[in-house]
Amino acid sequence: MNSQRNVVGKNVWKVDGVKLVTGGPSFTDDIHLPGMLYGKILPSPYAHARIKRIDTRKAKALAGVHAVLTYKDVPRVPHTTAGQAWPEPSPYDTYLLDSKVRFVGDRVAAVAAESRAIAEKALRLIEVEYEVLPAVLDMEQAMAPGAAVIHDEPDSKGIHDAARNIAGYILREIGNVEEGFRESDRIYEREYRTQRQQHCILEPHVTISWLDADGRLVIRSSTQVPYHSRRQVAMILQIPVSRIHVIKPRIGGGFGGKQEMLLEDICGALALAARRPVKIEYTRQEEFYMARTRHPQILKMKIGVKRDGTIVASQLTVLATTGAYGSHSTTVQGNTGSKVLPLYRAPHMRFECHVVYTNAPVAGAFRGYGCPQGFFAQETLVDEIAYDLGMDPVEFHRQNVIRLGDMDLLSAQLGEGKEGLPRHIRSCGLPECLDRGAAAIDWARKRKASGPEGTPPASHLKRGVGMACTMQGSGIAGIDWASAFLKMNEDGSFFLQVGASDVGGGADTVLAQIAAETLGVSLDKIVITSGDTDTTPFDVGAYASSTTIISGGAVKKAAEKVREQVLRMAARMLDTSPDKLACGDNQVSTIGESTRSVTMTQIALHSMYKEKTQIMDGASHFNTDSPPPFCATFAEVEVDTQTGRIRVPHLVTAVDPGTAINPMQAEGQVEGAVTQGLGYALTEELVLDDAGRPVNPNFLDYKIFGAKDMPKLTTILVQTDEPLGPYGAKSISEVPINGPAPAIANAIFHAIGVRFRKLPIRPEDVLRALREKETATDDQCL
Amino acid sequence: MKTMEVRLNVNGEPKHWIIAPGDLLLDVLRREGYFGVKRGCESGECGACTVLVDGKPINSCLMFAAKAEGADVLTIEGLARGGVLHPIQEAFLDHGAAQCGFCTPGMILNAKALLDRKPNPTEEEVREVLAGTLCRCTGYRKPVEAVLAAAGRAGRKPAPREATR
Repeated sequence: MNSQRNVVGKNVWKVDGVKLVTGGPSFTDDIHLPGMLYGKILPSPYAHARIKRIDTRKAKALAGVHAVLTYKDVPRVPHTTAGQAWPEPSPYDTYLLDSKVRFVGDRVAAVAAESRAIAEKALRLIEVEYEVLPAVLDMEQAMAPGAAVIHDEPDSKGIHDAARNIAGYILREIGNVEEGFRESDRIYEREYRTQRQQHCILEPHVTISWLDADGRLVIRSSTQVPYHSRRQVAMILQIPVSRIHVIKPRIGGGFGGKQEMLLEDICGALALAARRPVKIEYTRQEEFYMARTRHPQILKMKIGVKRDGTIVASQLTVLATTGAYGSHSTTVQGNTGSKVLPLYRAPHMRFECHVVYTNAPVAGAFRGYGCPQGFFAQETLVDEIAYDLGMDPVEFHRQNVIRLGDMDLLSAQLGEGKEGLPRHIRSCGLPECLDRGAAAIDWARKRKASGPEGTPPASHLKRGVGMACTMQGSGIAGIDWASAFLKMNEDGSFFLQVGASDVGGGADTVLAQIAAETLGVSLDKIVITSGDTDTTPFDVGAYASSTTIISGGAVKKAAEKVREQVLRMAARMLDTSPDKLACGDNQVSTIGESTRSVTMTQIALHSMYKEKTQIMDGASHFNTDSPPPFCATFAEVEVDTQTGRIRVPHLVTAVDPGTAINPMQAEGQVEGAVTQGLGYALTEELVLDDAGRPVNPNFLDYKIFGAKDMPKLTTILVQTDEPLGPYGAKSISEVPINGPAPAIANAIFHAIGVRFRKLPIRPEDVLRALREKETATDDQCL
Repeated sequence: MKTMEVRLNVNGEPKHWIIAPGDLLLDVLRREGYFGVKRGCESGECGACTVLVDGKPINSCLMFAAKAEGADVLTIEGLARGGVLHPIQEAFLDHGAAQCGFCTPGMILNAKALLDRKPNPTEEEVREVLAGTLCRCTGYRKPVEAVLAAAGRAGRKPAPREATR
């Protein structure tokens, strides 16, 4: 089947690749505008405070300052910064500027000045008198009686219980878990904790805004969601959508961090106030605590099994914090249940979650979107169960995982902030992922050769292997949708216009490949424009692993419609009927023995200058199901019992993404995801002090993996044919991030016999645990 | 404002800049339109602003522009001569080593400095120099492969692969 494909399934160069490797000016900040001002935000020094008095006169008087804004100068419109489809399921609890600040780094004021130095000086000249309020920093104290109320303003909407700091609450059950636990032979229950991880996008958030010659507000921004940002900015600044033009150039990574309307509103407000172009660019330090993070969670996972290892019931109870604002609060946490528990075929499942406010940096969307937390808990507990039952973890998975033809009913209960749609498994390569992943890491041999039994007792370097299975979705069922438009040019090429937002993952290339394949032309005949709200049709944006399946679906439909027009035109030229013709090799040819053909160029010229017709068409697309990609992760670790150092010599990731439209790019997605997963497992945590101030907002103190820290990576694509995806594609960018943390934790247990249930797992944790284990053994000896 | 003059070569072209004494090389290069020099952290940690100064990789966010007096500065814009990609650039495309592309100029320039002094490096040596550039997209495997391929170590380009089932 693939052998008939000419473009899909091929490792072509990225369509935007040449300009990226030659440093062509293509990112948001790669332009100079005459008169452009430098915007800067005054961050709150306190975790929780009211602004009693704010005086901007000295700042305004400073030469070179063109605008100073406080809450007194801007409309007060409750909104969410979450870049989600309207109506957003996140609470409307955020204001452009407010008289109250709710975390260290919250906006107090904003300035626009002729240079960065003047802007920074102007910030220092703003006099602010704060009434410092008690802060809630511990999520376990947020709901306690007497805790400070973070959102006491009357006008916020959609907060579950503001008086108790509860942004969102979820309770869903299928079957009856109590009954399920009664039917179980053994019940296991453990608590897990996950940390505040930051995206560390190499290109910090940056927005440039100006008024064009028609007085429309242009917003050039590093965003994953140009269309949502346009809608939100229109609402916040109270100007019509039609008066805003959002441009998404090349983006230096997103990972969910740019699924936010983060700087667009304030930059637009400054540009309107100053009547000059304004740029706001986060510094690296600001990026760490004034952008977004992953939601920290405390998870109580309970699983009941039969003696033979069959899972009967699973229950996950989560406490999560969204920080000071509820961006993506219920939806990320909803995923922790809906995408995690149904990995197993248990008839009884229950998920309960409180998402609470704290006076901490705001959490939001981050690759994996609630799944890394959930899978860390579930997959380490499942490993513990397998050990306890004397089963090989791989076998335990084989026995219990969801399979082809199954229906995931929890997803029907738990959708995007409301009820969702059931997931019918129409493609599933998970068994093959398990087989090939296990073979690649040499599972059977290393289970015996390493571990406490396999390692020589004298050695302080203990080796172990561990694994985990994970899944995700491909777009949000019934909500995510996209559109695409194609038109033909005189030279037989096609302009492809999509609202989809390539943020560095290669979407433009994949979408162009789908168009080229469908039209029977070579890739160089497709010229793609993406993510511009004036010139490309709507797309929800780059998130929820939706672009290939949803935007790709729209491109395929649009290309099929255009192909029909091309064939009809060619039929008239060749005096035959369209059903006797086929597109291929940049031409249209008759099917059969006596081949006659016309080139795409001839067709285009004929159409445009003889028939006076522009060949063009567009299409929209959505799915009512979200086919899960599957993943099996296998890790080998080496733990130094003298230093506590954990080394990962080898990490194997076997993924079922459906069809890989561009296998090389798909591998790149896997390898990038697992690298972020390695950091999540072992090194990354944004630490706050007891006043809520970030302790390590820089790359020296917040460690992400570098080229020398990496394990050997083995990436295996187990391709399946998904009926709902274009050319059988599902998704790939998120699912591999979920596996490293549990696989590594399980490998560490195999190596040294200690279970870690808190992330990240650091050398000091290992040493402490080994010491405790030793003491416990000594005590037993006594 | 106090100003000073700097004369240097950028990508082989003589330049005469009027700068402030405290201006950083990163800021001046970007101001002069060399947008391939990226601002990632401004503290010498991420390597996105790497340029070659007299052949050596330098974090341009840590260097005063005034210190570049008389130097030969190479930015990513100067690497492809006459529209022909440098072998490292081509290898980055062949291997899918550029994803978002933001750290790519720094990686390629670090690799070039290495290959100029050591045409046949080991994988360890490649990782050593790429460690100067943080990347959040790739997992480094493909950039390392690309540099080794450009050095002729890994030999051939990967054949266009069929998607296998």
